[in-house]
Amino acid sequence: MSTASKGIARAFARRRWAQLTVLLGAPLAWLVVIYIGALGALLLTSFYSLDSFTFTVVKKAGLQNFRELLDVSVYRRVALRTLTVALAVTVIDVALALPIAFYLAKVATPRIRRILAVAITLPLWASYLVKAYAWRTFLDPEGGLLRKVFGLSPGFGLPAMVLVLGYLWLPYAILPIYAGLERLPDSLLEASSDLGGRAGATFRSVVIPLLLPALLAASIFTFSLSLGDYITVGIVGGKTQMIGNVIYANFGVNNVPFAAAFAVVPMLIMVVYLLVVRRSGALENL
Amino acid sequence: MQLSTAARRLLAALAAFVMVFLYAPIAYVVLLSFNKTRSIIFDGFTTEWWTKTFHNEEVRTALAGSVKTALVATSLALILGTLASLAVHRFEFFGRDAVSFAVILPIALPGIVTGIALNSAFRRILGWRLGFVTLVVAHTTFCIVVVFNNVVARLRRLPGNLAEASSDLGADPFQTFRHVTFPLLRSALVAGGLLAFALSFDEIVVTTFTAGAGISTLPQFILGNYSRPNNLPIVNVVAVTVLVLSLVPAWLAQRLTDA
Repeated sequence: MSTASKGIARAFARRRWAQLTVLLGAPLAWLVVIYIGALGALLLTSFYSLDSFTFTVVKKAGLQNFRELLDVSVYRRVALRTLTVALAVTVIDVALALPIAFYLAKVATPRIRRILAVAITLPLWASYLVKAYAWRTFLDPEGGLLRKVFGLSPGFGLPAMVLVLGYLWLPYAILPIYAGLERLPDSLLEASSDLGGRAGATFRSVVIPLLLPALLAASIFTFSLSLGDYITVGIVGGKTQMIGNVIYANFGVNNVPFAAAFAVVPMLIMVVYLLVVRRSGALENL
Repeated sequence: MQLSTAARRLLAALAAFVMVFLYAPIAYVVLLSFNKTRSIIFDGFTTEWWTKTFHNEEVRTALAGSVKTALVATSLALILGTLASLAVHRFEFFGRDAVSFAVILPIALPGIVTGIALNSAFRRILGWRLGFVTLVVAHTTFCIVVVFNNVVARLRRLPGNLAEASSDLGADPFQTFRHVTFPLLRSALVAGGLLAFALSFDEIVVTTFTAGAGISTLPQFILGNYSRPNNLPIVNVVAVTVLVLSLVPAWLAQRLTDA
């Protein structure tokens, strides 16, 4: 290195703000300018309207899109249905993930634990579309596998949607809970049992409170991914509509302001949820 | 915690059931990719569709598009994610929590929100035409978090005095990074990069809204063809190909983070 560049490097070493600028400059520009900027613009667009003759966006701010969301009963039903589905999927996934993660972390032998941990992670990397589409071949009410083998199938619709979304996001629920349980020292469980706590009592008053951040982290994924989904809904949901489908359809016919207004609903729900659960340390468990 | 034998057996049975539940649909698609007929019920074995798919021009273009997008997005995410994680780990500054929050936002928000926000920003605000560049920018945005999480987790486990020792011995920050920090981060970077690659390779929602002329990806091919009964066998083969191509990096990443 030349003396000049050595001098620069030495000066750089003393200036923490200069180091911080170099480190943060590019990622901040990317995430804040491009991403947060785009979200902000979307929020702004949700107050605009669409000229019904020229199909161009009219940049005059007003609450008309949100009023339409609240006034038209179809939209209210779609929003409510989406929230219910996202909640149901989250409850089912966390309820299934908890015993599985517990078995992995505290009951299984080390060898089985290693194999199962990998086996649960791998389906995450198998294409989401492929899995949804495989369920379509299972659920098909005409010639699907479930009908052929078991003689019954829920067909396409709301139950199929909850089932497939629950299936798709289950690994996202198991992994953070498993990681949380691995960090939970066995000695705490033993102490509780030495003090006379039965399995149920130990679970309620030791495991669950300490595991809360991990449980919340699990719920972030299952809830958020269900909240915005429109592809799985299209593949196995039959005629069912969710928020994602309405956004997609409106965006497709260039009614960006209304699509943006409906997108603000899941966006706000998620941001508020993230800010609330952040205090428990859930975001470090993602 | 003392669990009765019955409770242990019940948990083991539940775990076994969940494994079957997780793998049955995937296994079925693998089976169907070797199906003799175009039906969704297995009729007999053939490798005909694999040969046909291999020679399919559209599939080849999509495969090249997927690989190109994932490679560029992963490289950018590696740089940006590492920089952000070093800043958040090393420094106390105003808005540090906000930075960590902004990093996870692209995967914590539903894909369709990210998709239409970026689509509007590219087309209406920046006046860009959708294509390879917009797709890569979008993919990089949600890949940063994977690298960031892996590197931050590694940095937390590293003793902080190594960088201090290097600086006390007269190294400037660049030398410290090159000779001390980077070698210690290497396997975390490889793991984060592999996961980012797999994430990008499989993404469809944000892709739908940000890809344009001149670029197509395998998930787009699957989405465009799954409802056409004639193309069903080829979709199955593509599906299995995507599966294998994302499993390999995911498997390697898992081994690297365990080691």
